[in-house]
Amino acid sequence: MFRNQYDTDVTTWSPAGRLFQVEYAMEAVKQGSAAIGLRSKTHVVLACVNKASSELSSHQKKIFKVDDHIGVAIAGLTADGRVLSRYLRNECINYSYTYESSLPVGRLVVQLADKAQVCTQRSWKRPYGVGLLVGGLDESGAHLYYNCPSGNYFEYQAFAIGSRSQAAKTYLERKFEGFMDAREDLIKDALFALRETLQGEKLTSSICTIAIVGVGEAFHILDQETVQALIDEFEIVGEEPPADEAATPDQSSDAEPGPADQGTPSDQGATPMDI
Amino acid sequence: MNLADSTPAMNSLLGSEADSQRTLYPYVTGTSVVGIKYKDGILLAADMGGSYGSTLRYKTVERLKPVGKHSIIGASGEISDFQEIMRYLDELILYDNMWDDGNSLGPKEVHNYLTRVMYNRRNKFNPLWNSLVLGGVKNGQKYLGTVNMIGVHYEDNHVATGFGNHLARPILRDEWHENLTFEEGVKLLEKCMRVLLYRDRSAVNKLQIAKITEAGVTISQPYSLKTFWDFSAFKNPTVGAEGSW
Repeated sequence: MFRNQYDTDVTTWSPAGRLFQVEYAMEAVKQGSAAIGLRSKTHVVLACVNKASSELSSHQKKIFKVDDHIGVAIAGLTADGRVLSRYLRNECINYSYTYESSLPVGRLVVQLADKAQVCTQRSWKRPYGVGLLVGGLDESGAHLYYNCPSGNYFEYQAFAIGSRSQAAKTYLERKFEGFMDAREDLIKDALFALRETLQGEKLTSSICTIAIVGVGEAFHILDQETVQALIDEFEIVGEEPPADEAATPDQSSDAEPGPADQGTPSDQGATPMDI
Repeated sequence: MNLADSTPAMNSLLGSEADSQRTLYPYVTGTSVVGIKYKDGILLAADMGGSYGSTLRYKTVERLKPVGKHSIIGASGEISDFQEIMRYLDELILYDNMWDDGNSLGPKEVHNYLTRVMYNRRNKFNPLWNSLVLGGVKNGQKYLGTVNMIGVHYEDNHVATGFGNHLARPILRDEWHENLTFEEGVKLLEKCMRVLLYRDRSAVNKLQIAKITEAGVTISQPYSLKTFWDFSAFKNPTVGAEGSW
């Protein structure tokens, strides 16, 4: 994308019918570190890469609990994400107070999307530079939504955003039909997808955060030991993704060299983690 | 959800400025509402009287109304405040339907919304002078609750307002059980309403029974209860009372 004379403010259309500021905001999302979401009929798992900027600092918080039944993972300008999380928490808590019942996820994302849309139509505002993966449970089941700076939102079975998310998406596209209700398998799939975005780097619990919400299970972030134990568990099995009960054919390699721009696929060598 | 906050009734914010804007006493009132859970859902009963003080002025007041797909409401107390509550609820349900997303407010949500409305009004010293019964069924779950003008709210297997608490609930405590059939439920409610008719001066002999199940709401046509006044104690009430005539 190159600079042009129609990209200075969000209230200027380009002759091709584009709002460049909004598209630039979506670029900010692509530059953020990866966040992944996947769901089964009863659970939603959110996972993200959490790299600290230096050894001395802590990592940025990228997963937020919004309510017992909803959580979000963000990618992009984390400050914008934090502010939006506060808005989401507020909406949920106000609804609970008035109706003593959980806000349906679908309604929350519409409210969030409408809020984002406002910023695309005011000359004194800028679009939020953060993409949100909203995962939650309500009466109609488990849901995963992606909210975009443009004010659009989509429901997904599985999705990934942020840098090198394409690798994760490729993995998820292969696996999503097999997302069983088995919560452990869902977490493992999330970890595998997360590993795809690391491009050969070793996946440890210190650089990732996993959170889950499900039927009878409030949204919570898994603690480091649990995550490391899960990582170790699938490493012992080998590089292959765990054998799904549905016995999906793609057992041989954990990552087909899908997208050309990802460089080294991690199937090179049986145990890249041991390097 | 925020839309209800901007409805006309909220100009009662002026209540603190001039007493002429506050509720001081009720004018046209309805008497008891009785509600029970039964096997398939909820049954509510209320007579159709609107009293103007001690005068039984209006005799075809519908005090039971459906709310959305899953609930029914019964009101006692000031009828005009009930009409206002129905406007709030109709707006609430309208906005709920406008989401058009497969989610809908169930009886629990409506009850809690009403509780918030009633309590907030009470805090402004401008109450909606009603005692409400809210019942419904959603996804197989039965719900029956009540809330009154000061914001006191609770749920139970059987609830009543006003005199119904004193006359009907003791009967229900003895005779209510899970898995009443529809016929048994109606008989039980009629027993309660008959006692109320005998003993409550603001009761009129014209009532409706409302039923709500997973399938939907039905409110019966108005009908009357058979009464018996031939008790010797009524014919000779002062027999045995020294000094009476």
